[in-house]
Amino acid sequence: MSAELEMIRVYIMGRAYEVPAGLTIMKAMEYAGYRLVRGVGCRGGFCGACATVFRRPGDYKLYADLACQTTAEDEMYIAQIPSVPAERAPWKLSELEPEENFILALYPEVARCVACNTCSRACPQELEVMDYIQAALRGDIAQVAELSFDCVQCGLCAMRCPAEIVHYHVGQLARRVYGAYRAPQAGHLAARVEEIESGTFDQELDTLQQMSRDELVEAYRKRDVEK
Amino acid sequence: MADAYPSSMRESIGRVEATRPQRMGVEPQRLSLEERREVLDQFHPDYKEEGKRALAVGPSKGELVPHEMADLLEAYPLIDPDRVDLGQADYEVDVLVIGGGGGGTVAALWANEAGIPAGRILIATKLRHGDSNSMMAQGGIQAADKENDSPPIHYLDVQGGGHFGNDPELVRALVSDAPEVLRWHEKLGVMYDKDPEGRMLTIHGGGTSRKRMHSAKDYTGMEIMRVLRDEALGRGIPTVEFSPVVELISDDKGQVVGAVLWNMETEEYSVVRAKATVLATGGWGRLHIQGFPTSNHYGATADGLVLAYRAGAGLRDLDSVQYHPTGAAFPEQIVGLLITEKVRGMGAQPVNVEGELFVHPLEPRDVESGAFIRECSSPEQGGRGRGVVTPTGMIGIWLDTPMVDLIHGQGTFNRELSAIWRMYARFDIDPSADPVLTYPTLHYQNGGVVIDADGATQVPGLFAGGEVSGGIHGKNRLMGNSLLDFNVFGRRAGIAAAKWAQRSKPGKPTLEHALRYTQDLQAAGVEEVRKAPSLLPEYRGKKTLARVVDLI
Repeated sequence: MSAELEMIRVYIMGRAYEVPAGLTIMKAMEYAGYRLVRGVGCRGGFCGACATVFRRPGDYKLYADLACQTTAEDEMYIAQIPSVPAERAPWKLSELEPEENFILALYPEVARCVACNTCSRACPQELEVMDYIQAALRGDIAQVAELSFDCVQCGLCAMRCPAEIVHYHVGQLARRVYGAYRAPQAGHLAARVEEIESGTFDQELDTLQQMSRDELVEAYRKRDVEK
Repeated sequence: MADAYPSSMRESIGRVEATRPQRMGVEPQRLSLEERREVLDQFHPDYKEEGKRALAVGPSKGELVPHEMADLLEAYPLIDPDRVDLGQADYEVDVLVIGGGGGGTVAALWANEAGIPAGRILIATKLRHGDSNSMMAQGGIQAADKENDSPPIHYLDVQGGGHFGNDPELVRALVSDAPEVLRWHEKLGVMYDKDPEGRMLTIHGGGTSRKRMHSAKDYTGMEIMRVLRDEALGRGIPTVEFSPVVELISDDKGQVVGAVLWNMETEEYSVVRAKATVLATGGWGRLHIQGFPTSNHYGATADGLVLAYRAGAGLRDLDSVQYHPTGAAFPEQIVGLLITEKVRGMGAQPVNVEGELFVHPLEPRDVESGAFIRECSSPEQGGRGRGVVTPTGMIGIWLDTPMVDLIHGQGTFNRELSAIWRMYARFDIDPSADPVLTYPTLHYQNGGVVIDADGATQVPGLFAGGEVSGGIHGKNRLMGNSLLDFNVFGRRAGIAAAKWAQRSKPGKPTLEHALRYTQDLQAAGVEEVRKAPSLLPEYRGKKTLARVVDLI
């Protein structure tokens, strides 16, 4: 197979390498000889460690995406972002007063949003980042929580924002406040916790725990399965 | 837009579409325990004897483990114990947490709850805080919180999934703490999927007898991990990143009293002295056991097993590897990545090249994987030869994903399974319109370090929680019990470590255990060709590696 590999040329931090076509940017870098320490994490598009900036030939624009989820292209210029030094405002959920303006109190720069949409264009998850920042300005926590939910916190939005907003920390704040204070709590869950604490299941669990293997197998066979 | 599927695969998709109307609403018979056994014996990779060997040294000497794991346990210390100066501590803490994934973060939070000030805790992690398998968990977390369910019913499911080899005390802890864990998450602000009245939306997972799979879309692990990390940040718990542990430190009384860290960038070591240590290093997916691709994150190289074993902790159930039935098999760029079991939980069926449904979609994972491999194996190998072949020679099973929208309404897939939808959309495949090709992928370390219900290992001062530990899941973990596991046992280990730290008296720090282990290896005739822990997998191109020279 290796003899027939179609090769492409990529520029990793300015230096040219020949790599097989069809690899992700991450695997192309590894093929070229990089043993990655920074700029690599889950390799599945969930952790946001591999934020990568790139340019295509004949195009002056800089694009951003995740190295583990983007296919390397011929003549692509690639550089990774090793770390995002953006600040998370010092707040604790237990000490937060979830009033209308708590986002602006912690992240006043949100008010500086010029609605340029650079953040949304930089987002590898293709989220409507600017829209949730605007929702934050309006104090619409539910909307921020929903629109920011798929955020992998790679930080590319914050790195490109001319108003110096740290969008992904704003989203995290809103989601936690929404989950803890605005979303309805599960009554059946609280009830079950109480039952467990009062020992409702202790005897049944004692019996199960002391069963021989054969008895367990028998009990397992007999269990009914919810349709 | 060009078709992402080549014509040979497109033809098979035609057959999948043709059989779909008859398959809708059909639930095949589940296999009996005897039929399960037959599939496993013949087709599950764990049941191939040539894949394992007995350990030559250490507390679990004689136990069978995969060769890839044995190679790391029968290996010499990465850092020469004689060249480490333990006299000066760079960090002095009450509780050291090794690993910044789910288990480690939960342990740190609960050590803090149990009275250890944030500044007296240290999380040391190999990559970044949060880079872990926890972050990647998609489908859900189990807890018996509905009226028709109970911890005892959950208990039976866990035992049956694990082939009744689980530690009863640990299973009891798992199922009893589950609702409390979810309640804690709710208070921390985790956004679980709920109906407008606040009732948790729950579905089946493989091997569950009640619908107890709770989710946050298909980003369940990411949502939980993000919140835990944010909570740790808010409390000011110190974290040192890119600093894996390369050896534990023991004292003259045989207690673990800290660890040696190694800075992956400056390559210097540093010494942590701790009154209690929690091991939460995760699993082994990146060992690529038997050559399988993996769904795991980059750092899943079994480091914690190596560290604990050298320090004298026993291991269990490492003969059993979890292969998740639905790893991506096409396109090539995403081979091995996970397609959550939630997709099957929402009605997508696995079908072969002819569009035939050949197994119940929600058998326990090992059985489901065995059935996939049987369907794909050639008749000469005893299989059925009905897999779908890709242009690069991978073989797979269709997961009939368009059924999700047909059952739950158009737009459901995109909304509730957005991670999977996005992963395929990047390669011009719409899983709500076309099926996706899957094959088992190396997913989870079922066994691990022996612990008790407090997360205590057999070595005083060393606690463990999460994927690194064993016994909870027996020989096979059910879906939704790993997110649960790291929360339950991370919490128990964190609290127990805090209590230990409040009364322990560390003696003189040494690396005696590593020297002793080295002597045992020599006595057993193990050649000094391998070092461990391995820290990172090796993915560099062969041509480059052949010419690498270490000059500066």
